[in-house]
Amino acid sequence: MDLLLEGFATALTPENLMYAVIGVLLGTAVGVLPGIGPAMTVALLLPVTFSVPPTSGLILFAGIYYGGMYGGSTTSILLNTPGESSSVVTALEGNKMAKSGRAAQALATAAVGSFVAGTIGTLLIVLLAPNIADVVVKLGAPSYFAIMALALFTVTAVLGSSKIRGFIALFIGLAIGLVGTTTGQQRMTFGSPQLADGIDVVVVAVAVFAIGEALWVAAHLRSKPLDVIPVGQPWMSRDDWGRSWKPWLRGTAFGFPFGALPAGGAEVPTFLSYITERRLTKHPEEFGKGAIEGVAGPEAANNASAAGTLVPLLAIGLPTTATAAVILVAMQNYGLQPGPQFMDAQPKLVWGLLASLFIANTLLLVLNLPLAPVWAKLLQIRRPYLYAGILFFASLGAYSVNFQAFDLALLLGIGMLGLAMRRFAIPVLPLIVGVILGPRLEEQLTQALSISQGDVSTLWSEPVAVVVYIVMAILLVGSVVMSRRTTPPAPTRTEDASMDVNA
Amino acid sequence: MTSSARKATLVALVLALLAGTAGCGVTRGGDDPNNRRLRMMIPNSPGGGYDLTGRAAVKAMEDDDITGRFEITNVIGASGTVAMQRLMNERGSDDVMLTMGLGVVGAVYTNKSKATVDKATPIAGVVAEAEGILVPADSPYKELSDLVDAWKKDPKGVTIGGGSSPGGPDHLFPMQLAQEIGISPRDVNYISYDGGGPLTTALLGSKIDAGMSGLGEFQGQIDNGSLRVLAVSGAERLENVDAPTLMEAGVDMEFLNWRGILAPPGITEEEKAALVEIVTEMHGTKEWKAALKRNGWIDNFSVGQDFEDFLEEQNDRVASTLKELGLA
Repeated sequence: MDLLLEGFATALTPENLMYAVIGVLLGTAVGVLPGIGPAMTVALLLPVTFSVPPTSGLILFAGIYYGGMYGGSTTSILLNTPGESSSVVTALEGNKMAKSGRAAQALATAAVGSFVAGTIGTLLIVLLAPNIADVVVKLGAPSYFAIMALALFTVTAVLGSSKIRGFIALFIGLAIGLVGTTTGQQRMTFGSPQLADGIDVVVVAVAVFAIGEALWVAAHLRSKPLDVIPVGQPWMSRDDWGRSWKPWLRGTAFGFPFGALPAGGAEVPTFLSYITERRLTKHPEEFGKGAIEGVAGPEAANNASAAGTLVPLLAIGLPTTATAAVILVAMQNYGLQPGPQFMDAQPKLVWGLLASLFIANTLLLVLNLPLAPVWAKLLQIRRPYLYAGILFFASLGAYSVNFQAFDLALLLGIGMLGLAMRRFAIPVLPLIVGVILGPRLEEQLTQALSISQGDVSTLWSEPVAVVVYIVMAILLVGSVVMSRRTTPPAPTRTEDASMDVNA
Repeated sequence: MTSSARKATLVALVLALLAGTAGCGVTRGGDDPNNRRLRMMIPNSPGGGYDLTGRAAVKAMEDDDITGRFEITNVIGASGTVAMQRLMNERGSDDVMLTMGLGVVGAVYTNKSKATVDKATPIAGVVAEAEGILVPADSPYKELSDLVDAWKKDPKGVTIGGGSSPGGPDHLFPMQLAQEIGISPRDVNYISYDGGGPLTTALLGSKIDAGMSGLGEFQGQIDNGSLRVLAVSGAERLENVDAPTLMEAGVDMEFLNWRGILAPPGITEEEKAALVEIVTEMHGTKEWKAALKRNGWIDNFSVGQDFEDFLEEQNDRVASTLKELGLA
């Protein structure tokens, strides 16, 4: 504890505080913009390591990392344009909330949830970093395959009222995930090197959500009067708080371990958190129409995962995300080498960094909470201008993923797919899940099988994998029993599909 | 109006960032040879090996006023194939260069691209990095000969991990090593990991038998003894790693992951000479020497016929290895 207090003394010097502020501002800005992520920002700022002392430099980078996780939610909620792959799930309920005049509440629950998760996560780093890091490397490809399979299995919960439409979406997503040369063979790349690295999930999400929606609205502009977005309350009500705090904690519980796992990442826990909240909620009728739990949980999950990432980074020098990898490069530029002795050898730096994470979190809350109602006013802009703005940011985001005009064509193509999906009432979440999970599932499977030289029994050779398969079996049996007892709800989304768009 | 002020700040920050990454206004070469605006293409994302090399070279050139300001563009895609194609499309432009290296040579073959490196104009070879052969601390392989014996006995049973996709340096190295000790590359069980981080995880968890990679990202684990280096691939030992070279360990080969600079095809001899001159001048600067030291790069500078021969030899060697594997 003394060490942490000393850390605060380091982090609270005016200079370091300034770097923390710059970091969170910059992080929020790049988080807001789709395509530009914290990893690229930190990489571009690497040259500052030549002129700024190590502690300040790392505080700046950590601020960018946390800020990016906050900022990603803003455009998800307001514009249905996810800034980062980890805030794709936020758009599902968040944007629906915004459209019913509850944008401020959605932004606030995201901000407070991120704060809660970031703070708990940072606390967990302090407690756990020295101990759990050695455990995480024991997990191999078979365990990850099992975890990914479980995540894919749970997607059945969100297929929607029409199972066949849900599966159509899922398989379109898996097909998009197949594009690329990850297996060494060219698959659906049509010989184009631009497709060799696969299609970025941010491009897919922005296209399906933002472009699809803009086209949908444009198609209806003349035939249908625009719904006016009501002006809601600026702050979260007591009820909102009551409905948010449990999802925050559960989201944290999902996010932190996934962040600490080398192949965990931030997307899978947001998705698992969403499913869980949907299962546990007392307001199931609100899901799909703007349930606050569906924003609170995933937003907590992605911030907790950012904190989790720092555990293996600090404890054994193992970067688990792109941003962590670039931060590691920065540390090496300083001649610092994270590892088992790092926390003992560099107490001032490590504890200063951890303290600055608490500070960054607080700064982000102070910055974002009052801004929520301000951002929400953005939706009062007249619809044609608003959608012009959305299209602009969507294109900018897609372009900045790879700086290639080719991605803009891709964006429009998949945007048309998004329009078609709306027209035929095909849910988008299974598609996004397919794009995210498909390639990862495959990667872990090929890795496991090539290490075992094709021996399938390797898949249940690790204890974690066995446990996960048992959980899956229980869920399967449970859902069969449940569906026998209750009659399925009547389909509700068919009105959309029967609507004529050829106006 | 705090809201608009805040928005303006955000926009300004974002624009500054965008200007830094994408760079928009291209001012083509001015008349003053010492103050030309040039462009440097980087074939992967910021923070990667090519990026560090290219940006270090550009910084040295700018700081010493060897030439005017540079515009740096990261042309990302297919391990450099997209950037090579872009270079081909710049035929005749005398103001653009591409930082590339061994991985790009291989990637154009595995991606079946026509933009092979022998079509570009070679400018200079700049740096090289040795690969290392890593095993976990509890591995039964104490010396390189242990690994070689086990590998020869059961080539498919020994799993080799690397941080690059097929065609990249970490993939080419074990393949050429296998060829050297009499194992068919087709029998090598190569597991491709997405960079140094995942490879470290696999090694620490003893999921694979050996890893082959540049050693920069592994220094912490090497120093604390959780990973052991059996050999390094260069002609000389590395300063901060206590391991023999391949030659010393009884395998008669040398392998370097090198990086260099190319210009588009179709430029005149004078235009080429001008670019060679500024890169040569860059090589003499203090900044560059410091960058070499900081990054642990081997100074592998060559220009003119030397570099052309080297490039041709590497291109042929990579092509033959990948053809044997059926990847080219």
